[in-house]
Amino acid sequence: MELLSYAAFFLTTALVFALITLGLNLQWGLTGLFNVGVAGFVAVGAYVSAILTTPDDAARIGGFALPLPLGWLAAMLAAGLVAAIVGVATLRLKSDYLAITTFGVAVVVQLVALNAQGLTGGPFGIGFIPRPFATLAETPLIFNLANLAVVALVTLLVYLALEHLAKSPWGRVLKALREDERAAISLGKSARFYRVQAFALGGAVMGLAGAVQAHFIGFIAPENYLPTLTFQVWTMLIVGGSGSNRGAVLGSILVWAIWVGSGTFVAAFVPTDQQARAAALQIVAIGVMLCLILLLRPSGLLRARVPREG
Amino acid sequence: MTTADAGPPPVLSVRQVSKRYGGLTAVDAMSFEVRPGEILGLIGPNGAGKTTMFDLVAGSVAPSSGQILIGKDDVSRESAHRRIGRGLARTFQIPKPFPELSLLENVLLARQGQAGEQLFANFLMPGRVRAQEAAAREKAMELLDFVLLKRLAHEPARVLSGGQRKLLELARVMMAEPAIILLDEPAAGVNASLLEVIIDRIRAINETGVTFLLIEHNIDMVSRLCHRVLVMASGQLLCEGTPDAVSQDPRVIEAYLGGAA
Repeated sequence: MELLSYAAFFLTTALVFALITLGLNLQWGLTGLFNVGVAGFVAVGAYVSAILTTPDDAARIGGFALPLPLGWLAAMLAAGLVAAIVGVATLRLKSDYLAITTFGVAVVVQLVALNAQGLTGGPFGIGFIPRPFATLAETPLIFNLANLAVVALVTLLVYLALEHLAKSPWGRVLKALREDERAAISLGKSARFYRVQAFALGGAVMGLAGAVQAHFIGFIAPENYLPTLTFQVWTMLIVGGSGSNRGAVLGSILVWAIWVGSGTFVAAFVPTDQQARAAALQIVAIGVMLCLILLLRPSGLLRARVPREG
Repeated sequence: MTTADAGPPPVLSVRQVSKRYGGLTAVDAMSFEVRPGEILGLIGPNGAGKTTMFDLVAGSVAPSSGQILIGKDDVSRESAHRRIGRGLARTFQIPKPFPELSLLENVLLARQGQAGEQLFANFLMPGRVRAQEAAAREKAMELLDFVLLKRLAHEPARVLSGGQRKLLELARVMMAEPAIILLDEPAAGVNASLLEVIIDRIRAINETGVTFLLIEHNIDMVSRLCHRVLVMASGQLLCEGTPDAVSQDPRVIEAYLGGAA
């Protein structure tokens, strides 16, 4: 029973990552946009939904106690909007400059979360975020299964929508722009317009993931949205297979399993006084996995993109 | 050049167009018109400014001065992706297929006004998207058949030879149903038998009323296809006329043989 309950909890967390990775796959896998600021867009979604749905709090602005679906919707809109603005401002830039800019945006978002105490609770974060099925919390198994059902449903819907788009004429234009921009332009496709759309939509999915995660944990703080998160998500996408939505989901579950597994290993075998340091081994484990994948199966477990021939 | 009297209005007009790169004038006050239904050749020695002229017409380079008109509309400052909607399509000197997309997808991408290329239409009006896509597929298969590539329709475009890529580009631009097609050296790097196919197909398309502007080094191809030829040298229009007249012109011979400075 306990094991099942834990499995449900584990899968819920992994699927939240899968959501973020799906957003990144739209941006990078399909469109070739190098976003190194994933954590920033997740944070925007998480904070927006948290501020809108938490009960009134004297210590900060917000706490509008709005219903949860509204918070999620607003999270998507806000993160999508931020992504659209970043997109309009930077997509004329080529890949590496876009990467630096997105990284900067993520740092800014994180610093705002850390310092705008009146809005975000500063380093203490925001607590008492309403959790769906909070009434079931006494029986962890049912509570975890219910959470899993919701997150799985959201992930499934997003997955199906993105699959539909990837196969649509719209997705075809994105692939064309990735393969040869000048040719696509000569066929009447506005490179900028499509890139901004893909970037904004990917950002919206990341924002949704942030909101879902916030409501499932019930508490958020700026330290949840450090560059480590971006690194994890990128690893998930590369391991799973960039360009494949199924790969994004599979990679997320797998990498999260290794992350949790190595954490458990550290907790079990490393002396208590060294555990804080040994926690870095988790990142090492992910790094080693990334190297192995790049060496042995460079296009990921589920390959979608045929490697370019010279 | 402005003839108010005879014939239908030009499909494309270039008026006093110049392009300067710093101190270098690549195209120097060029003026010409492309008449509906003709195949107009643009020839000249290397470095004459043909490709720059081509990029100016295609919109990938903006002119330093002068005007470019498609029909009656001034498009000098309009971005390249709007050209095809105005009926002007181009191919590339080194063909640019989308290598990992299938031939069919390559051709489908050129179809204009597809609802499915709008993000939300894919969710809001799936029926319309599907119907348009089905019609486009049928058309695309016909065009692939026309350029002898139908059996490869579902292969990725990277498997094609150089000449087949030129044919694919031809099918691709035809999908947009353009009024005028710019061809950038369609004969370059193509083996003799495929070249015959290309010439034949260009002629067939032309017979349906589509106008061509053609840059080419292969004089044989130019004299077989073109109704009229413009000769460029040092960024300027040297002369124009029928292929025969032009090839006899001493200025042209001088430009090609004499280093043309």
